[in-house]
Amino acid sequence: MRNTLIITRRELAGYFATPVAYVFLVIFLALSGAFTFYLGNFFERGQADLQSFFTFHPWLYLFLIPAISMRLWSEERKTGTIELFLTLPISMYEAVLGKFLAAWAFTAIALVLTFPLWITVNILGNPDNGVILAGYVGSLLMAGGFLAIGACMSAITKSQVIAFVITAAICFIFTVSGSPLVLNFFTGWTPQVLIDTIASFSFLTHFNAISRGVIDLRDLIYFGSLIAAFLFANAVVVDMKKAG
Amino acid sequence: MSEMIAIRNLTKDFGQIRAVDNVSFSVSRGEVLGFLGPNGAGKSTTMKMITGYLTPTSGTAVVCGHDVLENPVAVKRCIGYLPEGAPAYPDMTPAAFLDFIAAVRGLRGAEKAKRIGLAVERVQLKDVLHQSIETLSKGFKRRVGLAQAMLHDPEVLILDEPTDGLDPNQKHEVRTLIRDMARDKAIIISTHILEEVDAVCTRAVIIAKGRIVADGTPAELEARSRWHNAVSIVLSAPKVASCRAALQRISGIGSIEEIQGKDNLTCLVAFPVNGQPIITQISEIARNAEFGIEEVRVERGRLDEVFRNITTARA
Repeated sequence: MRNTLIITRRELAGYFATPVAYVFLVIFLALSGAFTFYLGNFFERGQADLQSFFTFHPWLYLFLIPAISMRLWSEERKTGTIELFLTLPISMYEAVLGKFLAAWAFTAIALVLTFPLWITVNILGNPDNGVILAGYVGSLLMAGGFLAIGACMSAITKSQVIAFVITAAICFIFTVSGSPLVLNFFTGWTPQVLIDTIASFSFLTHFNAISRGVIDLRDLIYFGSLIAAFLFANAVVVDMKKAG
Repeated sequence: MSEMIAIRNLTKDFGQIRAVDNVSFSVSRGEVLGFLGPNGAGKSTTMKMITGYLTPTSGTAVVCGHDVLENPVAVKRCIGYLPEGAPAYPDMTPAAFLDFIAAVRGLRGAEKAKRIGLAVERVQLKDVLHQSIETLSKGFKRRVGLAQAMLHDPEVLILDEPTDGLDPNQKHEVRTLIRDMARDKAIIISTHILEEVDAVCTRAVIIAKGRIVADGTPAELEARSRWHNAVSIVLSAPKVASCRAALQRISGIGSIEEIQGKDNLTCLVAFPVNGQPIITQISEIARNAEFGIEEVRVERGRLDEVFRNITTARA
């Protein structure tokens, strides 16, 4: 565990060593603000909550999260540092977890920096801060799911651009798998069980459930097992790709 | 335990290609093993398997008593490894990079500061400690890699082309460094610079097409050369014919070759039969003033020739 934290610290510092971190934070804050106030009609709704803020998170994450995760492994492979990294006295699980946690901590920082919105809504009315907290938890969990997918895809290729595109595509499928766009394609010719299964993979369904303030164990298990599964795949891919 | 590295029947296939084929050797404390071979012979692949980066197709390596297949982390802990090309995180400064490596290696507090200080001093990194690694010259990058490898004072050092890209002064420094550390460590260095073998190695293993083709001390390898114990005689061109005639009367000499030199000088090289010393017989001729001999030199043998012979014979 100590090694994991050492790796996490290095990776996190790595984000801030380049302009990537600052560009990301500024864009994330600007877009989430713009979406909340213009598309989400924050004022017009006249409700003291952050629903209009959280609603757009899946779509923001869709193209911002791959930008965070794309460098995790592909950069190591491109510069050859992966050989140095994997011959340090650490286990594969420490390496995979350390990198993932760094990316996750970075998104947590981005989320924390949206605190002015929380202050605003508390000045304007009396929101249920429990629901808002649940929204943040849900958003962070969903970001974790996106990141685990991204980390795994980053291990597949030396090219960060390819990692970005594949991650965005897979995350898109996961996001909309509960929506009519995907489900209509299946209805009519597939059994209801399968359709329910596909729908249950949706980020949106689980995220919306949590952000309404209901932290259901099933949603936690969903995101937890999704993260675990993709990190496991990540370790397998890293191991497989070492020779190349 | 004197045998620090034992490599047993190491084999690695990449698809249809066998990169390393049944390689076995061992390295003891105090030895510096030069791992030689043409590019693509399997040197780096072998080193990657010893350090636990690549998994062998068959066979294994035992380092400091730990099997790399069974306990890779223990093996990695006792090895200092400089991978090919000395990779390091380009965004980091050497100071931050070494701090990270030291932390992962389990060093902390005063001990960590002391070890980093020592490594920085030994490879002379002080001037660039706080400048990002991507802005450093090739020589400095290599030194960052070396500092990283020796940071935890490992019992085993595996250095893949440690002097590649260094200028002659830096090469000399690195070789001195390796010799200094050799006493209480087992060291493997890969190189294709043959003078390096003479300069630092106590033993050389030559590998070609994934197989070991020679294993011995540098002197033993040199003795395999046609040039071993050959005698070169430098004299002025008009005297060559008569000197050559005199040489031909010596029974130990197998063949004589002429090499044209500068300033009207010619070098006659007498090759012995079966590498037997012939200098005593030749020195009589050399003493004869009528040949006007300027220089007589006994050749030790040429590693590059041996290297070429045994690595191309199999091809």
